[in-house]
Amino acid sequence: MSTAILNETAQHEVHGEAHHEHHHQETFLTKYIFSQDHKMIAKQFLVTGIIWAFIGGLFSVVFRLQLADPNATYPFLEDFLGHWAKGGKLQPEFYYALVTMHGTILVFFVLTAGLSGTFANFLIPLQIGARDMASPLLNMLSYWFFFLASIIMLSSLFVQTGPASGGWTIYPPLSALGEASQGSKIGMDLWLVSMAMFIVSSLLGGLNYITTILNMRTKGMSMTRMPLTIWALFFTAVLGVLSFPVLLSGAILLLFDRNLGTSFYLSDIVVAGKIMPNEGGSAILFQHLFWFLGHPEVYIILLPAMGMSSEILSVNSRKPIFGYMAMVGSLFAITILAFLVWAHHMFVTGLNPFLGSVFVLLTLLIAVPSAIKVFNWLTTLWRGNIRFTPAMMFAIGFVSLFISGGLTGIFLGNSALDIHLHDTYFVIAHFHIVMGVASFFGLFAGVYHWYPKMFGRYLNNTLSYIHFWITIVGAYLIFWPMHYEGLAGMPRRYYDFSNWESFKNFGGLNQFISIIAMLVFAAQILFIINFFYSIWKGRKVTTLNPWNANTLEWTTPIRPGHGNWPGDIPEVHRWPYDYAKDGKDFIPQDVPVGDDESKH
Amino acid sequence: MKELLYVAITVMVFVVIFQIAKASEYVSVLKGEEKTRKQNNKINGFLFITFLILGLFGAWYCNELYYGKTLFPQGSASVEGEKIDLMLYITIAVTGVVFVITQVLLFWFAFKYQESDTKKAYYFPHNTKLELLWTTVPAIFLTILVVFGLKFWFKITGDAPKEAIVVEITGHQFAWDMRYPGSDGKLGKKNYKLYNNPSGNTLGVDFEDPESWDDLHTTEMHLPLGKPVKLVINAMDVIHDVGLPHFRMKMDAVPGIPTTLWFTPKYTTAEMKKRTGNPNFVYEISCDQICGKGHFSMRGIITVESEADYNKWLASQKPEYFTLFPSKNPLKKESVETDSTTSTKPMAQLTKNP
Repeated sequence: MSTAILNETAQHEVHGEAHHEHHHQETFLTKYIFSQDHKMIAKQFLVTGIIWAFIGGLFSVVFRLQLADPNATYPFLEDFLGHWAKGGKLQPEFYYALVTMHGTILVFFVLTAGLSGTFANFLIPLQIGARDMASPLLNMLSYWFFFLASIIMLSSLFVQTGPASGGWTIYPPLSALGEASQGSKIGMDLWLVSMAMFIVSSLLGGLNYITTILNMRTKGMSMTRMPLTIWALFFTAVLGVLSFPVLLSGAILLLFDRNLGTSFYLSDIVVAGKIMPNEGGSAILFQHLFWFLGHPEVYIILLPAMGMSSEILSVNSRKPIFGYMAMVGSLFAITILAFLVWAHHMFVTGLNPFLGSVFVLLTLLIAVPSAIKVFNWLTTLWRGNIRFTPAMMFAIGFVSLFISGGLTGIFLGNSALDIHLHDTYFVIAHFHIVMGVASFFGLFAGVYHWYPKMFGRYLNNTLSYIHFWITIVGAYLIFWPMHYEGLAGMPRRYYDFSNWESFKNFGGLNQFISIIAMLVFAAQILFIINFFYSIWKGRKVTTLNPWNANTLEWTTPIRPGHGNWPGDIPEVHRWPYDYAKDGKDFIPQDVPVGDDESKH
Repeated sequence: MKELLYVAITVMVFVVIFQIAKASEYVSVLKGEEKTRKQNNKINGFLFITFLILGLFGAWYCNELYYGKTLFPQGSASVEGEKIDLMLYITIAVTGVVFVITQVLLFWFAFKYQESDTKKAYYFPHNTKLELLWTTVPAIFLTILVVFGLKFWFKITGDAPKEAIVVEITGHQFAWDMRYPGSDGKLGKKNYKLYNNPSGNTLGVDFEDPESWDDLHTTEMHLPLGKPVKLVINAMDVIHDVGLPHFRMKMDAVPGIPTTLWFTPKYTTAEMKKRTGNPNFVYEISCDQICGKGHFSMRGIITVESEADYNKWLASQKPEYFTLFPSKNPLKKESVETDSTTSTKPMAQLTKNP
């Protein structure tokens, strides 16, 4: 019955849409700025994400300069950064500010908003057969709260005492006490307010994604006929909606501790010669609140990449994804487990060892659904007919990086080993590979695959291939050797290692890593050039379905208008992975099942 | 000027790459897109297999270069850390096998099953047996890792032996302070509100508590060889972390919440100098939790020595109480009254008459 009603509304909307287009043209302001079209909002998220990624990446290049040679001076840095780089040498406070902002920007602004914001917005209505999100208005607000968060975070870079500099995890008391660090002054308040806005944006988006997926699927699009991208984006939204509020509460309590004299996280503190009046709080409480979001956050970043890679691997292998139900099941298992492992970030905080052991068990359990996914992807490639489109290259790269970074998670999740490896370069290597670079590969795969749908044009292939090869080779060259630094106990977030007998013999390696990091950054600029150039000058798309894919977005016009389908929304008759079935290369979802068709 | 040159060169490189990419697009139109696509496919398939081979070789080469620089060839400097080393080797063995198998399959499949006109993709949507296989096999291996890991974890985090030497270590921006309990074997009470920098009571020791009178306050840590040592870890201001990479130990220092760790040093500093071949070798305490602008310079030193040398060093340290309150130094007064008592006697008397 509900489908009937939905269809009716859909019919109604078609009519309304035609009516709308007929009568008044959209203005520049409603089309590009305050747009309520999910496709335009997706592009807004993507472009904002790209700008943030450039800034965040640039920061890493600047602090890698410091790590490459702690004694070198770069006079041009002073021209740009002023007293933060006095005499051409990055000051420690600013080094930590850059590290903190690099993490904050890339984790939240790029890989959460930029990734989920873009693809959930773009793909959910197109792939489930809906004209738009459940609430286009909330969707628009979701972007504008993100924009507001961006502006506040950006402005924190320009305050006199500098932006937050206590690491992206902002553990109090360091982040709570202005006396403890320059970055814990006004910069920290701005960070917290910006994050509060960001969380509002993420919740508005997430609720919308969940509602849309549950209620607005077209006729025939049962849950088990949804593409894996939609499943992944669905679980991502569930994770976000359930975990972000906890960070919000944690951040608000921290704001209280900072500005209203409360003691949620503070007790027994003497800072800068001053005995603080705070009593009875627990610094560890914040870590529990933070990681209750912080760990699901890892999967908020990773799941969309998994979903898109699954889709792209299947399309370009010309084969169904292997084990669809197992893929959905493992996404579900990861979603549940993601909430139950947060304390593995806290093995060495003095956590009760028994409690720690429970978290070891639950953490290593995640390896099982992850292994299922990896082997299913491998089997999807097996006996395929693989086309190396740029999207496919990045999807294969994603699987490779997910394997490499996932396996080192087995080291860190085991508390006994974590004692030695915790907060060393091993951790940096692990999470950059598995969540940083791997998710970026998912993001790139998505952009390369759906660019023709977004802009009606193709990206330049040669630039895309160059981008891929420099990025994957560079990513491994940067992060693989860092495991060895970590095994040597080299701590994270050190401005200078040269006074340390135990860590100073990695100087040459640090230099090598910095040079590669700059090259990889340059390759990303190539991508950005390619991206923006092709919006206006790229080769035009001339066929509806350039990748011969099954999913519904390729049944829309080359440049779909608001409402996506000019006529009726197509009805769905099958799952989206009927590739190579019954001797046919592909059978789109809207093709009715024939009488003689075999069952899978 | 030099910088301008660099900028100009970089821009030039970008322009050249961009022009080549654009030209190649025109070429592909001329040649026919289908043909170009197939050519690209061949090239990238070949590159994938090359990447696999070079990558595996690179992983081996990286190990050759850097394994010697990790702390593992010399072995753990603590008895308990040996378990962590063993755990590391077990985990490397298990994950290493999985890593090689999966990466080889991934790139080999990509290369082998690249598009060709003569082949057709195989419709293979699921296979319950296979899926069960790669659910249970990882589960079994992970169980092994969890069992070993937790066995070691409980050993290491369990209670310290009763005979363990207790040393208190306190982190503050940006240095470490140690406190030894002195001859009574007990550390005096502390209260952060008693912190007083001008008077020198930087740890907030409660000198009303007689147990504090013989406590030693040092900035270096000395430990005897072969005896278990229990560190009681505090922080004054923000969270720090006692990182002892050579001993494979680590524990946060949290203001208001004391933590502990314990281990048994296996080699003296002098022995480690020989083992590492580095005459400058020292055991270092690194701060492993970001604590402010001087985080990277928060370095402490541990000297492990024979018990005799350790006792000699202890004897050479003066209790903090007497440094801060020279007038209260009882040793002078008491020694006049009773000259044949044990060294703890004067302290006992002081307890009665503070």
